[in-house]
Amino acid sequence: MSATCLEIRNLSAVLANGQRVLRSVSLAVEPGEVRALVGESGAGKTMIGKAVLGVLPLSVRIVEGDMLLEGENLGRLSPKARRTLIGTRTALIPQDPLTALNPSRRIGPQMTDRLVRILGWNGERADQRIRQLLEEVQIRDPDRVLKSYPHELSGGMRQRVLIAAAFAAEPRLIVADEPTTALDVTVQKQILRLIAQLQREHGTAILFVTHDLGVVAKISQKVSVLYAGKVVEEAETAALFAAPQHPYTRALMAATPRYTDPLASLKPVDEAVLAGLAAEIAAADRAWRPRHG
Amino acid sequence: MLLQRFLIRLLTMAITLFGVAVVVFVVIRVAPGDPIAMMLPPGATDADIARLRALYGLDKTIVQQFFIWLSGVVRGDFGTSISLRQDVLGLVFNRLPATLELAIVALLMAVAIGGTAAILGARERGTAVEAGIDIASGTALSIPDFLWGLVLILLFGVLVPVFDISGRVSPQLDLPFVTQFYLFESVLRLRFDLTWDLLKHMLMPAVALALPLAAIIAQLLKQSLKEVLDLDYVVLARVKGFSETQVILREALKNAALPTLTLVGVQFTFLIGGTVIVERLFSYEGLGNMAIDAVINRDLPLIQGIVLVFALLFVLINLTVDMMYALLNPRLRHG
Amino acid sequence: MDEARMIRRGLGPRLWLAGGWLLLALLAAIFAPLVAPQDPLAQDLMLERLPPFWMSGAEPGYWLGTDSLGRDLLSRLIFGGRIAFVVAFAAAFAACLVGSTLGLIAGYFGGWADRIISRIVDIWMAFPPVLFAILLVAVLGTGLSSVIIAIAVIDWTRFCRVIRAETMGQSRMDYVENARIAGYGRIGIMLREVLPNVVPSIVALLSLEMGIAVIVEAILSFVNLSISTDDPTWGGIIAEGRLSIHQAWWVLVFPLITLILTVLSFSQFGEALRARFDPVLR
Repeated sequence: MSATCLEIRNLSAVLANGQRVLRSVSLAVEPGEVRALVGESGAGKTMIGKAVLGVLPLSVRIVEGDMLLEGENLGRLSPKARRTLIGTRTALIPQDPLTALNPSRRIGPQMTDRLVRILGWNGERADQRIRQLLEEVQIRDPDRVLKSYPHELSGGMRQRVLIAAAFAAEPRLIVADEPTTALDVTVQKQILRLIAQLQREHGTAILFVTHDLGVVAKISQKVSVLYAGKVVEEAETAALFAAPQHPYTRALMAATPRYTDPLASLKPVDEAVLAGLAAEIAAADRAWRPRHG
Repeated sequence: MLLQRFLIRLLTMAITLFGVAVVVFVVIRVAPGDPIAMMLPPGATDADIARLRALYGLDKTIVQQFFIWLSGVVRGDFGTSISLRQDVLGLVFNRLPATLELAIVALLMAVAIGGTAAILGARERGTAVEAGIDIASGTALSIPDFLWGLVLILLFGVLVPVFDISGRVSPQLDLPFVTQFYLFESVLRLRFDLTWDLLKHMLMPAVALALPLAAIIAQLLKQSLKEVLDLDYVVLARVKGFSETQVILREALKNAALPTLTLVGVQFTFLIGGTVIVERLFSYEGLGNMAIDAVINRDLPLIQGIVLVFALLFVLINLTVDMMYALLNPRLRHG
Repeated sequence: MDEARMIRRGLGPRLWLAGGWLLLALLAAIFAPLVAPQDPLAQDLMLERLPPFWMSGAEPGYWLGTDSLGRDLLSRLIFGGRIAFVVAFAAAFAACLVGSTLGLIAGYFGGWADRIISRIVDIWMAFPPVLFAILLVAVLGTGLSSVIIAIAVIDWTRFCRVIRAETMGQSRMDYVENARIAGYGRIGIMLREVLPNVVPSIVALLSLEMGIAVIVEAILSFVNLSISTDDPTWGGIIAEGRLSIHQAWWVLVFPLITLILTVLSFSQFGEALRARFDPVLR
């Protein structure tokens, strides 16, 4: 099947007070590809991930646009069918491993429940699958981990567990929502390498949400740069770093520390660039009318 | 750690019970009016009165009386009822099952009604359904069990007479029971006709007792469910493909129920306290109804016995809740 | 914040309804001899069990009908309000005074004072409250003051628990520390700095407690242990109504409605007062 894994067309969303959080966002993720969504906090990158997975907060409402998961238009499905489709074809690697595991349930059932209850596997097959994945994320004592409660594991261990659980069901698309931000710097690198390795081996497409251009360079093939809910630039990762087109992208790069010379190049995103963007977006907002809603 | 917690609770329990015993003993002994005089026919001589006072130990000092009574209590001897002339402990055990059955049925109802309302309200958060649940629980909470009992008597005893408004069981029925746990035993004996008759008598007092507690459960559990439903692991469960109801039941309920549990324990003791007047209202032959008679008849040994049994029940409930909380909370269990 | 504001907006009409009912009932009780259409104690067997005014067989002047002794129900309710309100105010203030004082002491001084007071509260909480009240009235002898004392004695713990917890919270705040550094005495700080901050809770609890006192008085009258049997009380009327429920339902319905409205009003009023006084919600 060569259908595009995820296609987002003209997605716009507003808050309850009418403020726009996504402005006609379009992007596509091909099978097996890692697409980075980069931007500052509040740029709407996490919103896109949540919109795809159908877990937007109650205060955010989609007012126009389509989302196609392997050719299926999510907006046209019944809520139940949409839930099942998302549950079988996608997975989420959450931002904070400390809050993403239920404190009152053991790790084992939390990892297998989707395989058994949504995908209908039998318990033994699910258990084998989970153990295989735990091995892949380099957890050496799966028996202990599966029997543990979340608070008995370190943050890095929990994120490994969550990564293993995400890949276990062989989803076509994983949304990774800043999966390294909440971790220690040393652990960050290991986790990032792990995600990249599993992604290659399993051939899973990833929508990788991050604010960190350094991470983008390491993991993704393509990048969408977001500002204020709008995609301002979209390119192959290598091309973007070689020749950023949009002034905001250039400003963002200038504001990112380089590992070679961390302090020399560090400066805030240029005020003039931001002012220009704000004016551009305000003008677009005035002209914008949602097609429905 | 669990054991240590348990032992400390046991010690405070004993202190509380001792305090209750002292307070009730002192309160009763300052009562004007002579219970002995009430027992004797007019024209009894002073010697008769003195003999009877000695028989009930009322001729000693208060402190002596207290320790005589307390040493009896420790041995399981609560004395003899003055008005009913029977062993107090026997009388209490005869009536306690009726009260326990009523209280437990009421508790189950409260949990069922309140829990359902909380889950529904959390699932439909932000809608008119939630607003309706808020108004209903606010009203149910503000009106005490005594008034709910009267409302129910009017509605389902008089206006639409579907339930019985007095007694525990229809008097014309032949009861095969050997214990006082009628409801429980009727189920075990598969005598569902009797179960139904008992329930018909029990339902209205139980609802009257359950409604305020159900309201508290609905409000508190809904609030903590809503807080839990915004957490990351719940979002993750939604992504896994579980429906909102499954998410609430499997992921959110247990964690949200912990804070509610402690409060339900305290509220359950209030519910049992409420049986005193509700039993009176429905002429239900339980411990509370007997307690009011005991007070009216100035039956000192019986009052002491009943109050102490209620107090024991309350501290046991608090202990149970405390232990359950510790057991359900994995952090405490392994901490 | 938003939610709190919404609750407050929602309370607007409810506050007026609650306050309106309480004022109406209070005025009727104060001016009972002037507004009651009949003598509440006058028995007339010719007029027994008259139905309320809209039913056939009603007599003019007996708006809500009569009881089994031919006494006018409306007049009895109005006079019963006198006892209800006296008990509500006196018992609630007494419980508040005792409970809040002990709560402040326990919460502010901590240590042994807290341990002893908390233990007493524990003991009190192990009594079934209604049975305790009935026992106290039986011991003290029926009468208005016995009822008031009994309610205060059983319900001071409600104030004590809440005020203790709030005082503990307040005592850890920086401004209390500052006052201590500035050299104020402990009791001075407690009264000047801590007390004003727990007043909103006290006021709300006071209103709630008045509703509870009305109910407890009704329960005591219901088991025939409140005031003398002659004076009409809401609980006493309810007890009569419970007995003649199949012959004259109105003898139960009207006092019940009166009690429910009064209790609801007191609790709504308390909530509204808390919202108004609470600096955090405001």
